[in-house]
Order: sequence, then structure tokens, then C-alpha cells
Amino acid sequence: MSGDWLGRINRWAPYALTPVIALAALPAIGPGPWVTLTVAGLTMGIMLFLVAAGLTLIFGLMDVLNFAHAAFVTLGAYMAVTVLRPLYGWTSEQSLALNLAALLLALVAAAIASGVLGFVFERLVIRQVYGAPLRQILITIGALTVIEQLIIVIWGPQGIPLPKPAALRGSIFIGSSSIETYRLFALCVGLAVALAMHLFLTRTRLGLVVRAGVEDREMIQALGYRIRRVFIGVFMAGTALAGMGGMMWGQYQAVVSSQIGDSMTILVFIILIIGGLGSVGGCFIGAILVGLTSNYVSFLEPKLALGSNILLMALILLWHPRGLFPISHH
Amino acid sequence: MTGPGGALLKLEGVYTNIGRYRILHGVDLDVREGRVTALLGRNGAGKTTTLRTIMGLWKARLGKIVFAAQSIAALETPQIARLGISYVPENMGIFGKLTVRENMLLATGRPGFAQAYLDRVLESFPALKVKWEQPAGSLSGGQKQMLAIARAMIEPRRLLLIDEPTKGLSPAMVDQLVGALLRLKREHTTVLLVEQNFRVAEAVADDVAVMDEGRTTHSSDMAALAANHALQHRLLGLSMADSA
Repeated sequence: MSGDWLGRINRWAPYALTPVIALAALPAIGPGPWVTLTVAGLTMGIMLFLVAAGLTLIFGLMDVLNFAHAAFVTLGAYMAVTVLRPLYGWTSEQSLALNLAALLLALVAAAIASGVLGFVFERLVIRQVYGAPLRQILITIGALTVIEQLIIVIWGPQGIPLPKPAALRGSIFIGSSSIETYRLFALCVGLAVALAMHLFLTRTRLGLVVRAGVEDREMIQALGYRIRRVFIGVFMAGTALAGMGGMMWGQYQAVVSSQIGDSMTILVFIILIIGGLGSVGGCFIGAILVGLTSNYVSFLEPKLALGSNILLMALILLWHPRGLFPISHH
Repeated sequence: MTGPGGALLKLEGVYTNIGRYRILHGVDLDVREGRVTALLGRNGAGKTTTLRTIMGLWKARLGKIVFAAQSIAALETPQIARLGISYVPENMGIFGKLTVRENMLLATGRPGFAQAYLDRVLESFPALKVKWEQPAGSLSGGQKQMLAIARAMIEPRRLLLIDEPTKGLSPAMVDQLVGALLRLKREHTTVLLVEQNFRVAEAVADDVAVMDEGRTTHSSDMAALAANHALQHRLLGLSMADSA
């Protein structure tokens, strides 16, 4: 009986971890700053999720660890620069509709550019190194450098300002808590994309094939599905999501540089490991955990901010050595 | 094409390597249409490798694999599956995070189920109906094996490749699986069954092939092998007389 209860607690504990950490931080931080930091953490988490979700699916489906993923983030951010510069008239107006229209165009452009480059990258580079992990690491790290250098050739080595649209600047106040308007926007967009992804994976046949392929690639092929074709689609979608994440991150930082993707890489890999390689649900919870922990620790003990996520990962791996939601064959 | 009783699947001199090691050393095998063929042999004889080679999961280095008068040795696994070959691997190949229904749905080539086939499957394995919306990972070992076989039966298939379905199951589960295999036999489904349990093989198979060290060393009617205890002893290391 007690074993049964222990089993249930162990099964549900990973889901409860995020609210437990958030509530545990409340008395230490105080209610006003806590709301501000929680929204900031959720926003950061959801943007990290956009970048990490594609990477975890790419790994889950074909065991490909793509270290060049950061390049697609950077490309997305620079596409935002390219689209939003000529639309300065729209973004400088105090019109929410015009601002959102400009951001939507930038988001779509970032997704398309990164997705198309992802397709070319899969055909030219990744395809050559299936099943060869060491070559994958070397070739994708090399490709990351090449793509970043090409980006510098096109857009220049200097950081480019990417001011937030006029209607999304400033903050709103709830009691003593201030919440940046752009963060609310990014949170809503990120949640909408995450929901769309969830519906695709759980309500469509292709989503079912992807989920099954992540669990057992060989069996899904034995059932007649061409996993390579599915993988190309997932790779494109994953890089498109990275581009969207890069666009939103660049706008959030208000400046875009060629290192913007690299700056997310360590956090993204921490999220993948915390969530369990290949698990989209785990990736979501891992991203939110990392976002919240970063913000809470930065406020409470700034000196620990850099190491807090690595510490979080180490603690979670001591508890669940294969991540919170491991996929069977990984 | 093939007619009833003709060879639906034919292997001639099939050699397969895994990495640097040669596992199959010239397998010859006929699987006749509408019949159950048991593939027997000691551990490591190459039975599982033979099934995986037929499915294209490991590629044959040499030799011919002909299914329904078409050479399939060079085809990719999904192409082979789409010819109507269903594979139940030794590890069952169940998607544990998906529900029983989703596992079954993946084996259909359409958005839903053909009702007649669904009814037939659930009649053979009523336990699956109870667990229909539960994650397949929560099923017992026997139930997972039922699901694996049910998934192979959910659509009309020309050939079923089943790898050691009774391994590690309780006697009651084995009886239930034998019942399902006998049903397939009555329906004249062509089956190539790898089985360690000679009693199960004898109960369901029409034909038998025995493998040893990556080669087929014997092919005959099942009844002929079952009746010849000396031959069983020579080929398999024990006979029904020993185990009785």
C-alpha cells in the first residue's frame, strides 16, 4: 500500500516541482517582486522552450545532437532586424494593431528563413552524419561557426539595436508589482505556439507518428512510416521554432548580435537534460524551471545566478538520472 | 504471383553481417502462402537476424529475398512493410507513452479502424478493450505481447513475422496467445513464427525450418519433425520425448 503511494508521489512529483519552487520562493522574495519575477521567469522559460523544443524532437527522433541549433536562433533574430527596420513607422506608432502586425511579420519571416535554412542544412550536412555521433558533434559545431560568420558578413559584427514597439514598451502595475508589457506579449505568443505544438502532437496522425518515432524509430519504420521524411519535417519545424525564439529573444534583449544564439545554448542543453532527452513535455517543464530559477536566484543571490541552473540540473539528475520525463530508448 | 501453398516468401543463400560479424551464412527458407511456418533453433542460431533481414532492418550482404515474386532485399523497411508484411519483434516494439488505441491506430493505414478487424482483434484479446485508453507502458508483459500481436492483426496482412511471442509469459498467457495464433491459422494467414517453445510451435505450425549457426539445417512439415524424436534431439538438442 505504502509502495503504491510512493509510486504515485514519484510519478507526480516532477509535475509538482515547478509550483513547489515558485511557492517556496514567495516568502523569501515578498509578494510584489515575486509576481514580477515569476512573470519574467515564465517569459524567459517560454522563449527558451521555443528554442529547445525543436532540438529535443530532433534528438528524440534521429539521435542527432545539433550543436548548430544556435545559428538558427541568431538567424531568426537578424531576420527580425531586417523586417522591422523598414517597418519602423509601424513600430514607432502608439498603435497596438500596427505594432502587432509588424511583430507578426517579423515572426513569420524568422520562422520561414530559419526553417528553409534548416531544410538545406539537413539535406547538405545532417544527412551525411546519421548514426555517427562524433562526426555530428564536429560537423555541427563547425557549421555553427560558418553560419555565424556568414551572418557577420551579411549584417556586420556590431550589435544592432532592436527597440521594442511603442505600445509594448513600459510596464503595467498590479498592486505593487510591475510587469513589462513586452513580457506579457512574449508569454502569450510563446504559450500559443506551445499549445499549437501540443495539439499537433496529440491530435494529428503525423503528431502521433512523431511521438511514436521518438520512442522507437525502428518499430515505426516497420509499421510502414518513412521516418527520414518525417524527420526532415521535424528538423524544419524545429529550426523554424528556433528562429521564432531568436526573434522574440532579440526583441526582449532590445539588441541583436551574432552571439545571441550562443548565449542561449547552455541553458537550452540544460533544459533538454532536465526534461529528459526527446521529451517535449519534459522540455516545457524544464524550460519553465530554468526561467523561474534564474530569475529568483538573480534576485535573491546575484552571485549565484550563473551557476544556479547548473546546480538545478545536478540536483535533478541526482533525483532522476535520465531527466524528469525520460523517453524509453534514450 | 503465388497461389495457396506456394512460397509467398523465399530466401536463397542469405548472408547478413552485424558490424564486422557475419551472423547469417546462407539461409534458405520457403514460407508457403496460407500456412504457419515455425523457425526453430538454439539461442544465437540466427532466427531473429533472419526476421530482421527480411524486414530490411539489417541488410542482406548476399542472397535473394523474394516476397510475392518481388525481390525485396534492397528495399527500405517502410517499403517492405507496405507490401503487407507485419513484424512483431522480440521486444514487442510497443510505444509505451502512447495509449493502446494509439498503438493500434499506427498500424492502420487510415484515420480510423476497420470495425470488422477491430472486433476480431478485441474478441481475441478482450483485455485490450479494458485498457484501451491507458498508456501501453502500464500494461503487463503478457498484455504488451497481446497488443503487439493485435497490432499486427488490425489490418489484413499478407505475411506476419512474429519473434518469440511466448517468451517470459505465464502459461495462461501462452494459452491465450496460442489461441490467437490458431485463429490466424484457421483464417489462412501466412505466418513465419520464431519460437523457442517447441510445444507452441507444434500446436500452431504447419511447416518448420530449423536453424543452426546462421544456416537452415532442416525444413519439413511440422508433423514430420514432431513425430521424429531422434531428429528433434539432433537438431534442437532435446525432443518432445525428453520434455514429456
